[in-house]
Amino acid sequence: MTEKPTMIQALNRALHDAMAADESVVVFGEDVGPLGGVFRVTDGLTATFGGNRCFDTPLAEAGIVGVAVGMAMNGMRPVVEMQFDAFAYPAFEQIVSHVAKIGNRTRGRVRLPMVIRVPYGGGIGGVEHHCDSSEAYYAHTPGLLVVTPATNTDAYGLLRAAIEHPDPVVFLEPKRQYFTREELDQDPVPPIGRAVVRREGGDATLIAYGPTVPVALAAAEQAAAEGRDLGVVDIRSIVPFDDETVTAAVRRTGRAVVVAEAPGFASVASEIAARVSERCFHHLEAPVRRVTGFDVPYPPPKLERHHLPGVDRILDAVDDLQWDET
Amino acid sequence: MSEPMRLINETGAVVGDGLPEPEVLLDGYRALVLARRLNAQAEALVRQGRLAVYPSSHGQEACQVAAAAVLADTDWLFPTYRDVAAIAARGVDPLDVLMMLRGDWHCGYDPLATRVAPQATPLATQLPHAVGVGHAARLKGEDTVVMALCGDGATSEGDFHEALNFAAVFASPVVFLVQNNKYAISVPLARQSAAESLAAKGAGYGMPAVLVDGNDLAALTVVLSEAVARARRGGGPTLVEADTYRIRAHTNADDPSRYRTDDEVDEWRPRDPLLRLRAHLTSTGALTPEREAEFAAAAEEMAAHVRAGMGEETALDPAELFAHVYSTPTPQLREQAALLAAELNEVRS
Ligand SMILES: Cc1ncc(C[n+]2csc(CCOP(=O)(O)OP(=O)(O)O)c2C)c(N)n1
Repeated sequence: MTEKPTMIQALNRALHDAMAADESVVVFGEDVGPLGGVFRVTDGLTATFGGNRCFDTPLAEAGIVGVAVGMAMNGMRPVVEMQFDAFAYPAFEQIVSHVAKIGNRTRGRVRLPMVIRVPYGGGIGGVEHHCDSSEAYYAHTPGLLVVTPATNTDAYGLLRAAIEHPDPVVFLEPKRQYFTREELDQDPVPPIGRAVVRREGGDATLIAYGPTVPVALAAAEQAAAEGRDLGVVDIRSIVPFDDETVTAAVRRTGRAVVVAEAPGFASVASEIAARVSERCFHHLEAPVRRVTGFDVPYPPPKLERHHLPGVDRILDAVDDLQWDET
Repeated sequence: MSEPMRLINETGAVVGDGLPEPEVLLDGYRALVLARRLNAQAEALVRQGRLAVYPSSHGQEACQVAAAAVLADTDWLFPTYRDVAAIAARGVDPLDVLMMLRGDWHCGYDPLATRVAPQATPLATQLPHAVGVGHAARLKGEDTVVMALCGDGATSEGDFHEALNFAAVFASPVVFLVQNNKYAISVPLARQSAAESLAAKGAGYGMPAVLVDGNDLAALTVVLSEAVARARRGGGPTLVEADTYRIRAHTNADDPSRYRTDDEVDEWRPRDPLLRLRAHLTSTGALTPEREAEFAAAAEEMAAHVRAGMGEETALDPAELFAHVYSTPTPQLREQAALLAAELNEVRS
């Protein structure tokens, strides 16, 4: 491919390569077969691997996830697609009560190597129910791994790692970045559970994941022009959480802002801020700030720009980090 | 149950007994003309970039019109995203209906005043609500009937099953109208159900069920009127499966060439609900060129109203984001509203 791939193509390649490598990998969901998914992430899989390996199901998310549980119990590695964030909710009972718990309930005798892919987040002008940031529901549920890539290389690598993992993974795809074209490095596969420093910076650390990573990088870029040196950490694995990388980055700068799109109350951003405060207290020059979506249902398309954390709101929070007092 | 109930066939010929009165059919035809025009207008607005997205009911207008026409003012309609024309047929201003798809707000009309529930996007989730509205009416001693719409795909959801079962057990005054348009985005009916028909599912709930030609307004009117009358007199719910077809793509974002042939679509074109009713009413003399011109003029007037309304930029107040989340905004929401107001002030000054 001469043109750089989109994130969709990176994910598609990961599915393709995983299916070629291991015939127990099966892909199913709504419209994932001949259509190739509404976003084309599963494009070509039915044609290449046949209708037993990639297939459309009846329109029933609880059924899709529940059937995946049974298939995983019987030696397969299901990778299921929830068409949009909010359309995974009918499957919530299966995910929370069964996917997350079976390993623990059976004292580890039954492991569920399955992946639930969920396109999530806003910024695409979608009508309601197509833009939710649902990560906190999953992250709050012990037993689920929760990852979210921010680059095409991570999209490929984390999906491969998720499919190979013995435990269930909720794989959150930032649909705002679906069409971003970037180099794709297929090797080595990043391990689940490691954050990554995307930009070194000495003055303060921006902590982001998924759709807010590019926003944080843009904010750091603008801050640099204004003479302030911001680092950016990409969490990419919400569960398990990489305290080590995050703590080290914040200790270097003494200031931190967590940036996430989801409503801030009782959120993943809150968890990160709390962990950083506990671990870095003696290194902090200012309280850890959160810049998040407002505590409102996702807005209609024409108002979403007011809701989403943008560069200005991030830089305002950075300005608030008690610079005068040091 | 294998052949759908039909009163007027594709050529306009009467093939069954109990045809509605000519005036009823003429009113119905007028509503079909308006519904078709509304679909065409909304599709055009999408092409011009003035509507974000439009799931067209082109080809399904008979279901849309009949679902609204058989209801009394005090009854309720529970529509999906595809049922813009049904809501308009109930008398709601199309501009208010299109507000969601225009991106201004999630629901542009007052459900309590119009007795039309907000359009449901998460599939089948509105069906238990419809049962609840009906059940409450019964408990209050009102004779309200609820018309609940969904597609063939939605019948696979758990909420569909739970709603129908509840309604049957409580003899709730609900008519479930499934518009079987053969596809759920790309997934054909055969992947949704192995039953002989979707109407066949009624037996499992202990509820009467009818399979009807969904492109025959006369048949739909008779079947739905009967179901509404039964519900109103306490006879409980009915499942109606309307055999129809989605002529357009799922939405403008969809590429149907990936999952169906043009030939298949072409087979359905002659079964169009407008063509057959026009043929019938013309042959009986009920539809004169004057009436036809009158209906076309009414449709053009409606379309002009929609275009004009869409041309105006609505003034949206970002502060509204915080206004309706709770009956009284929480202290935290008031803080967040102040933050946004300060940001916007800064931008302006
Ligand atoms: C719970 C849920 N899952 C998935 C979707 C995504 N989706 C939107 S429309 C659609 C197909 C619906 O088909 P059907 O019920 O037959 O209605 P139609 O669109 O044909 O009118 C799907 C899968 C959704 N809206 N809600």
